[in-house]
Amino acid sequence: MKNKQSWIDQRFPLTKVWNEHLAEYYTPRNFNFWYFFGSLALLMLVMQLVTGIFLTMHFKPDSANAFASVEYIMRDVEWGWLVRYLHSVGASAFFVVIYLHMYRGLLYGSYKGPRELIWVLGMLLYIVLMAEAFMGYVLPWGQMSYWGAQVIISLFGSVPVIGPDLLVWILGDYAVGDAALNRFFSLHVIALPLILVVLVFLHIVALHTVGSNNPDGIEIKKNKDKDGIPKDGIPFHPYFTVKDTMGAVAFLWIFCAVVFYAPGLNGYFLEHANFIEANPLQTPEHIAPLWYLTPFYSVLRAVPPMFGSQFPGVLAMGASLLILFFLPWLDRSPVKSIRYRSPIYKWVLGVFVVSFVMLGWLGMQSVTPLNVFLARVFTVLYFAFFILMPWYTSIGKTKEVPERLTE
Amino acid sequence: MPEQTIDLKKRRFLTQATSVVGAVGVGFVAWPFLSTWKPSARTKAAGAPVDVDISKLQTGQLVRVLWRKKPVWIFKRGAEALAALESDAVIKNLSDPDGSGYSKNQQPKYVTTNYRTIKNKEEVAVIVAVCTHLGCSPTYRPEPGAADLGGNNWKGGFYCPCHGSKFDLAGRVYAGAPAPTNLLIPPYHYVSDTLIRIGVDPEIS
Repeated sequence: MKNKQSWIDQRFPLTKVWNEHLAEYYTPRNFNFWYFFGSLALLMLVMQLVTGIFLTMHFKPDSANAFASVEYIMRDVEWGWLVRYLHSVGASAFFVVIYLHMYRGLLYGSYKGPRELIWVLGMLLYIVLMAEAFMGYVLPWGQMSYWGAQVIISLFGSVPVIGPDLLVWILGDYAVGDAALNRFFSLHVIALPLILVVLVFLHIVALHTVGSNNPDGIEIKKNKDKDGIPKDGIPFHPYFTVKDTMGAVAFLWIFCAVVFYAPGLNGYFLEHANFIEANPLQTPEHIAPLWYLTPFYSVLRAVPPMFGSQFPGVLAMGASLLILFFLPWLDRSPVKSIRYRSPIYKWVLGVFVVSFVMLGWLGMQSVTPLNVFLARVFTVLYFAFFILMPWYTSIGKTKEVPERLTE
Repeated sequence: MPEQTIDLKKRRFLTQATSVVGAVGVGFVAWPFLSTWKPSARTKAAGAPVDVDISKLQTGQLVRVLWRKKPVWIFKRGAEALAALESDAVIKNLSDPDGSGYSKNQQPKYVTTNYRTIKNKEEVAVIVAVCTHLGCSPTYRPEPGAADLGGNNWKGGFYCPCHGSKFDLAGRVYAGAPAPTNLLIPPYHYVSDTLIRIGVDPEIS
């Protein structure tokens, strides 16, 4: 055994990688509930890749056959319904996990220096994941697939001057149709998953270079023992591999309950109108993107057309995503964790969370004057969180941060 | 061999020259790949004109056909509906009633103001049924006074279910709607009294 290991180690740094990233990767000992979601995101990525590979074996990326092939998977392929539901519920579950993972970053200031690059890579992952989810939702070629694609792709058509040509180039046709379905399939199963995997790799390498943050926001590398091991650190393996496995079991328990008892979650995970085949002549009465995209969709709808163009709304939506990248540089607070932040920050974060959730909820509702007004209010609050951040993080009294972890 | 020193200047020049040539090469190679996304020859050929027989079209009736894969409405308006299109009650609420503002590219030059049809054929309207906001297909709501669309102010028209844009029976957008411009009138002409060809301008006479 020892011989085999050294044979490999002379040719590939197996033991070195194992130690660097698991057995001798020192992790703060005070990780709490919020720290499950990183490993759960990885679990969901694997879930989507595996179920996706098997769905690809039966799905037909052709506008004449796509809808029927999904029904074929659901009815005629043995256990096909399970694989399909694992994949469709998996998409929503992936976003649940990602949103909680990002919220953890906000709570404990994980995006702050020296972890700016981890945040930026994470944001790239988030945006690619949204594109991946959107294109995946087009594939079953139901009414929501079709009209959702129509609305989202129309956003590109609103770009001044080049918009109309850009639109035709993206669609490969003058309207959403077979060409678009076929290329979205290619992007969904090859291009974007590859990018996701590479970004996840970079995200983790960057994390392991600087080390994990923790609920206290204290750099454990500042207090090392004589062997150079952080005093407040414990090796990731076996401590957190075991703990994360337990988290995965609890998570999968809830996940399976949804897969088996409410795979569509009453229209939240699979919209009702998507059980009707795409019809280019008839828009459904009420259309909305899936829940994980609705906050940004709300921002889009909140901005009225200006100068005979829908482009300002599209810009606002783009800005609402782009501004997240700058979080590490907008935050001027001397402390990382919410535990030591000023009371002002706690209130502001609360308002931000309410605004984001309300934008998400409004994005699923139909357009009424009251809803438009509310969407405008929450859009302003959403942007205010970022734009005013350099100001409100530099005022207010923060608490003294201890030298060592507190629990 | 004589003793050599590294000529950093030459090295930098060679590195830069290689990079530039490489970048140009990448650009040339990218072009065919990006071009595969353009509409294929078969797709372009499918954009042919569409003929619609309107001999059986009743007043108030609307038919939908696909032209270049987009839905197009052909519908017949009664005298009351036509009068409404000219009335102040409608016009004052529109954002670009005569199609001279932001909507100037939304109709061929030969269509009439207010009715937005070919001259002397005002009853039958031909409109691309794609909302100028984000591409949904609005719902036909011809009944005047519909309670959910503003009651007595509603003189019949179209309502987009996606984002609430309203249009009159000539496809002109109401002010305050998210849609920035009027609905598109496609090029069309009459082959005979009862046959409309969508996609081709009338011959200039």
